[in-house]
Amino acid sequence: MRGREDEWTDLMRSAMAGDDAAYHRLLKAVTPVLRAAARRGLARAGQPPDQAEDIVQEILLAVHLKRHTWDSEAPFAPWLFAIARNKLIDALRRRGRRVFVNIDDFAETLPGETPQETASAGEVTAQLNTLPQRQRDVLQSIAVDSASIKDTATKFAMSEGAVRVALHRGLAALTAKLRDH
Amino acid sequence: MDTDQLIRTLAADNAHRAPRVGALLTTGLLVAAPFSILIFATFLGVRPDVMTAMHNPFFDTKFAVTLSLAIPAIIISLHLSRPEALMRGWGWLLLLPVGLLAVAIGSEAMMAPAMPMTMRLVGKNSRWCMLAIPAMSLPLLAGALFGLRHGAPSRPAQAGALAGLLSAGLAATLYASHCTDDSPLFVATWYTIATAIVTAIGAAVGSRVLKY
Repeated sequence: MRGREDEWTDLMRSAMAGDDAAYHRLLKAVTPVLRAAARRGLARAGQPPDQAEDIVQEILLAVHLKRHTWDSEAPFAPWLFAIARNKLIDALRRRGRRVFVNIDDFAETLPGETPQETASAGEVTAQLNTLPQRQRDVLQSIAVDSASIKDTATKFAMSEGAVRVALHRGLAALTAKLRDH
Repeated sequence: MDTDQLIRTLAADNAHRAPRVGALLTTGLLVAAPFSILIFATFLGVRPDVMTAMHNPFFDTKFAVTLSLAIPAIIISLHLSRPEALMRGWGWLLLLPVGLLAVAIGSEAMMAPAMPMTMRLVGKNSRWCMLAIPAMSLPLLAGALFGLRHGAPSRPAQAGALAGLLSAGLAATLYASHCTDDSPLFVATWYTIATAIVTAIGAAVGSRVLKY
């Protein structure tokens, strides 16, 4: 368990230093742990587990937009689990349940019990459609069509800088809509 | 959108670098400060006898008290902007102004009273004090909340209350240079009530705007 969390910290340090591939690997690595914890939280609240993916995606968005609050001298896992716990509690509360979410729900997840599949979630997709045209186009191009920033820029006759701005604004707007809806 | 697609999109945005919360809190307070100073200059102003007042230790104590509230509140609010941060181990910092006031009240009680206690307590400016400190705090509170929105506090109301404390501490520092009531009893009563009002506003607004 220690080894896994040290690896996360190293990946996050590389990511903050500008290594996009390390960041991608880190998000892939933490997702099964978040998913298992979300399922457990839903189960305890008597909710169907099929909403777990919505919660996972909300956690990932919050991690992404708040990663500047992580202190690179500190271990990554406690920071991650604090965000995950906060988002899980919010999500369950919005579904009308008050439950106590234990921080150990995250820390005690064993790699063996985590389902590996990636699942689709309805909420992000639904909110995506309410974004301004340009942000939606850019997000869809990168997410769904797996286009690079460069290809996306060419496709929409935008500068790469404008694509980056639209991408970041789109993600921030998406997160705000998920939080407030 | 499936989760792999979302992860790919987030990784594509990795180059985006957000400023630190401290930088935005500083910006927020610096943008707000002129508005508070404008209220001060328009309605209050520095007391005319400030040169003689500076020789009165109880006048100087007011600034020690207000700054010993504002500075720790700034430090704690930045600490709380991290999601895993707790108040535990940091709350004692907020006892600094309380301790200072207690010492000041004690030393005033040991001196020959210049005025009767009720006059020192009620002073000449109590109503102004309760109005002026919150009024000058509001721009600073807005600036502080703007900066702290950038953080990820696990308890938004608590973080908002700290924003209230820091803006009340800063506004009270301005107010202290206007007010001719220097008795620590006056400060302990009216400044505290004014600070409590601003803190409550901060907590109420913070519980909404500091959610992430």
